[in-house]
Amino acid sequence: MSINSVVCIKQVPDTSQVWIDPETGSLVRKGIPSVANPYDLYALETALGIRDRFGGFITALSMGPPQAEEVLRKALGYGVDRAVLLSDRAFAGADTLATTYALAAAVKKIAAGRPSQTGGGSGVDIVFCGKQSIDGDTGQVGPGLARRLGFSQLTYVCSLIEIDVKAGCVEAWRRREDGRELLRAQLPVAVTVTEQCSHIRYASLPDLIAAAKKPVEVWSVPDLDVDRGRLGLKGSPTRVSRIFAPPARKRGETLSAPSKPVTEVVENLFDRLSERGLKIGRRGG
Amino acid sequence: MNAGQHKPGANGTVPSRFDAIVVGGGPAGLAATFTLASAGATVACLERGTWSGSKNMMGGVIYSHPTANVFPGFWREAPLERLVTRRDMWFATTDSAIKASFESADFGQEPFNSFTVYRSRFDKWLAAQAAAAGAWMVTETLVEDLLQENGRVVGIRSGRPQGDLEADVVIIAEGVNPFLTEKAGLASCPPQAPNVALAVKEVLALPKEKIEDRFDLEPGAGAAIEIIGEITGGLPGTGFIYTNQDTISIGVGVLLDSLVDNVTEAYSILDKFKQQPQLRRLIQGASPREYSAHLIPEGGYRCMPQLYGDGVLVAGDAAGMVNPINSEGANLALLSGQMAAETVLACRRHGSFDRDALSLYRQQLEKSLIIKDLKKYENATPFLASHPQLFGLYPELMATIAREFLTVDNLSKADKEKLLLRLFRSQVPARRLLKDLFDAWRSLT
Repeated sequence: MSINSVVCIKQVPDTSQVWIDPETGSLVRKGIPSVANPYDLYALETALGIRDRFGGFITALSMGPPQAEEVLRKALGYGVDRAVLLSDRAFAGADTLATTYALAAAVKKIAAGRPSQTGGGSGVDIVFCGKQSIDGDTGQVGPGLARRLGFSQLTYVCSLIEIDVKAGCVEAWRRREDGRELLRAQLPVAVTVTEQCSHIRYASLPDLIAAAKKPVEVWSVPDLDVDRGRLGLKGSPTRVSRIFAPPARKRGETLSAPSKPVTEVVENLFDRLSERGLKIGRRGG
Repeated sequence: MNAGQHKPGANGTVPSRFDAIVVGGGPAGLAATFTLASAGATVACLERGTWSGSKNMMGGVIYSHPTANVFPGFWREAPLERLVTRRDMWFATTDSAIKASFESADFGQEPFNSFTVYRSRFDKWLAAQAAAAGAWMVTETLVEDLLQENGRVVGIRSGRPQGDLEADVVIIAEGVNPFLTEKAGLASCPPQAPNVALAVKEVLALPKEKIEDRFDLEPGAGAAIEIIGEITGGLPGTGFIYTNQDTISIGVGVLLDSLVDNVTEAYSILDKFKQQPQLRRLIQGASPREYSAHLIPEGGYRCMPQLYGDGVLVAGDAAGMVNPINSEGANLALLSGQMAAETVLACRRHGSFDRDALSLYRQQLEKSLIIKDLKKYENATPFLASHPQLFGLYPELMATIAREFLTVDNLSKADKEKLLLRLFRSQVPARRLLKDLFDAWRSLT
């Protein structure tokens, strides 16, 4: 009874340190330290939590230049079992279409090497991603992977609560604009998680030491069953026509009246809210 | 949740006990780690930062000779900013400067003399070399204590789950705040204000070509400028400028004690420093990228801890290995780390890591330039602290004399000389000048 999973982790520039070139409107990444995409670490913790409960095998997967090995080394430090980096000049310049194409091919190869434990028929039961990367912000890679792999998909998962291994299905809370919904999906599934999931654990020293010299496997194009023309810049139909800074969001109204009594301000607040059609029960009339 | 549920070590190569543990992934720790791993010892290096160098603020000069001694031919691969071909010394007042400049074609030839680097990148490279040599490199891990048995150090305790690790010997290379050195009972004086300097630095971005124009440099060449004078607010300390590829590091280092006594913030000194007209010209139009501050141990020889104990050695800043007169520290750290590693390797052959066996480290350091230089300048810091006139009055006088001498007005040259002599004598009585010279000679030679 175990769950095999793949966690996709992207190395991104530390956005707390990047700046926007005012002329080109693009992100200046030169000399900026790289970090693991924060949402991907929530995905990693979700995968680790599932392995704690059900057992299984976790493969961390990344695509990027050779130095992206750093984020996979970090994942190994948290105790993942295997780390695979897709690195080849042919992957460079990929949009989400070409990225999911390459990642899906890698997941299939990982799956082929692992016997299926659940009824899903795939050697990989769950692919975990962060809800989006903090540099590209598209949120398309998780769903794209689900589609390419023929997996069911659960996006914006804020809590993955149960896996019924026998029935081969998974239950999760999904975040919505106006609340959350409980969903059930068949395995195999691609899950993208939000920051409401558990924060990444504090790795143990033995895990970190074991990770220090564990190999990160690097796969290039010949290692995958892919069509070169569908990779990287060549396989990317997305064209950026313009980059611009969005208008700043209008700030909300602030009710402040330091000289007035608090009750008056609260009355004012209730009036404003009821103007907007919100019904509020007033205690004590 | 407990990460420990997962058993690591599918490949049985992780030793349960290491030959050596190195605490701290700076130049001292990395030189030690690299040397040990290269010789086939099992060594784990524990660094508290996200990566080696992430906690480092030094954007300054590293010297080629000592660095190449540990990492031969490093300049071919390491991330360097500029090859330093010019060293300047300025005596500056708030509005004028006397500049002494030395430039040599020799500095541009292999094996070179020095480079400007960002240590945040350079140390990362050093760590990669140690990893490639076979060391177990662990980051984001703070070593909180030493494991001791009957007064003998047998390992470390980190803040991580299952955070203990054992080894034959622990090399402490923890930097300027020597908590573990104190816990091991090796510290000789506390890291108090009289024994440390505070350096504050800004990194300012400027296009390559502008840097080369303004500093009169060949493409890729760099300058290092040290500045003494009223611009440190008359406090004992110096200012510095280093040219990087497309940034300039500018800052001041001042004895912490004098900042406390004068109730001055270091950043306000730096702000004034940047307004000095000759300096302002160099950095005009440059946009700020970083601001940082760091302590430098300047207690020198007299504050040096006990360098070895049973199962433990101390290297680098933690051992007070800084020469404040020549602004050297990273090179002493590298060499001391290497010597600590060589000591461990020698002791390994005899299988003993007790105090007596490890005293070899001290002997090696005595023979090297490290202890010789530190001894030579053992009185330097108290001397500078007690002679603020070196940083205020004297540079001011030099500037006044130069200004008067170069100003053409209605005075005859003979009258001018008389005037200047009178001025000098009124500011510095002959007895005081003699005493300062004598003190300087005693303390610095």
